[in-house]
Amino acid sequence: MVATVPRARRSWAGWRFVGPFMAVFALVFLAPIAYSIYLSLFRTQLIGGTAFVGADNYLKALADPLFWSAFGNVAVFLVVQVPIMLFLALLVALAIDSGRLYGASFFRIAVFLPYAVPAVVATLMWAFMYGTRFGLVANLSDLLGVRLPDPLSADLILASLGNVVTWEFVGYNMLILYSALRVVNPSLYEAAEIDGASQFRIIVAIKLPALRGALLIATIFSIIGSFQLFNEPAILKNLAPNAITSSFTPNYYAYTLSFAGQQYNYSATVAIVMGVITMIIAYAVQLRGMRKEV
Amino acid sequence: MTATTRGPLVIRHRRPSPRRRRSVTLTVLTSIMLIYTLLPLAWLAINASKTQEGLLNSFGLWFDDDFALFSNIATAFSYDGGIFTRWLLNTLLYVVAGAGGATLLATIGGYGLAKFDFPGKTAVFAVVIGAVAVPGTALAVPTFLMFSSLGLTNTPWAVIIPSLVSPFGLYLMWTFAVDAVPREILESARMDGAREFQIFFRISLPLLAPGIVTVLLFTVVATWNNYFLPLIMLKDPGWYPLTLGLSAWNAQATTAGGEAIFNLVITGSLLTIVPLIVAFLLLQRYWQSGLAAGSVKE
Repeated sequence: MVATVPRARRSWAGWRFVGPFMAVFALVFLAPIAYSIYLSLFRTQLIGGTAFVGADNYLKALADPLFWSAFGNVAVFLVVQVPIMLFLALLVALAIDSGRLYGASFFRIAVFLPYAVPAVVATLMWAFMYGTRFGLVANLSDLLGVRLPDPLSADLILASLGNVVTWEFVGYNMLILYSALRVVNPSLYEAAEIDGASQFRIIVAIKLPALRGALLIATIFSIIGSFQLFNEPAILKNLAPNAITSSFTPNYYAYTLSFAGQQYNYSATVAIVMGVITMIIAYAVQLRGMRKEV
Repeated sequence: MTATTRGPLVIRHRRPSPRRRRSVTLTVLTSIMLIYTLLPLAWLAINASKTQEGLLNSFGLWFDDDFALFSNIATAFSYDGGIFTRWLLNTLLYVVAGAGGATLLATIGGYGLAKFDFPGKTAVFAVVIGAVAVPGTALAVPTFLMFSSLGLTNTPWAVIIPSLVSPFGLYLMWTFAVDAVPREILESARMDGAREFQIFFRISLPLLAPGIVTVLLFTVVATWNNYFLPLIMLKDPGWYPLTLGLSAWNAQATTAGGEAIFNLVITGSLLTIVPLIVAFLLLQRYWQSGLAAGSVKE
């Protein structure tokens, strides 16, 4: 309570530290968002030049079947891949935390390792293994003497992509959950064991509730990640040109509109619509997660 | 620095190693996951030792008779006038300038958020946290157009400047600095008449070291692995980072008349991931505790 430094001086001193970050942040985050919104309100035509069109671009996007089919792909991804990945991450985190594994620290680092692998390398690696020419799928087909389905065909491409993304991020999510488990007070476990609680009971009654916050963060990160899906399908497109269209995900669609079609205004609109949907869903998940906590 | 001050406060409750019996069944079951994560990496390492023909003619999970790893590495570095070396140097440039700068800004900013009260602090926090949820797509096109009108596209600046901001790094540093730098030390230094920046560099910076290593490691991964940003910003292969270069080599094989160099794509991939994997293994204790600090708060 003994404030020897004048309060006013201390007040503004903080900005000298936060200022540099905020300056660059304004340049590469806030300015593009503002510019994006500005772009989305105009349309450029060969004849007539650029004109203000109000919400026209937004109405066009909401009625665009290509946008919705792209959205459908990431929605399936969100509903199927994210739960599988988080469930696997949860199982491994609980296994490592249980203290019953031989070489627990080796498991921890080995499962996390794919996080250090660039999306480009992860996708190429899996795509080669998927390959029917010199991949493992080809090897297996030869070995078993049957013709295995092609993972890069249109029917299976979404599952194949889901596998790549799961591989990349299961360890990262495991680590977030594991870190949350480490802060549980050990005396809780001891008390439960003295009361004769089974391991399963301890997981349900102590560990899962302790994980709620970390699971919420992991879920929100995964939602954002799924809706932004771009790198993996963009790289896989070279090896599966027929299964992946240039509007495979909303992000890919916005990219194609800009860099192949020069439709910058419409591309910005698609990106904003997707951004708003992402934020609404992330926010809804957060609200739901917090309500349960009460 | 002693072990107790090294980690953030969150892992204080680290349990003493349990006396429970270890379970063979659980270890075997969890090993399925281990095989899943390590198998592709093993595949990559094995197949980096094969020639282009060997890739097509041998079993994927075992070595070919011809062990060509070293000749593959040599060819990767010399192919097309040594372009791979150029990509490696570009990546290093983007990592040193981008991740280094991002870590510096996040460290100073996170410290400012943790240790000062200033007008607009709540707004800063809300805006930065909100920004984490904004999809990269919403930013890519306008950023490209802005940089294009500034004449920055197709230059290293186009990759470096956006890499300088890491909201996650700022958040991590903020949560870390709250506990790592005791308020009493700051108060007494101020009473001795030290300026805020003197205090920061002489007293706070050493205390923040473990957090800085964590943020650095994660920003290095983000810039080293960056694909989308350089893809939209760069046209000249001379400025490509490794990720874009590998993707270009892979695309070359699928274009008509292109020379199939899958052996170089695979060897190049291995060369790309080895530095990061080594860094993660060597710096384990730092990032594991740093991540804990970032994920557990709130």
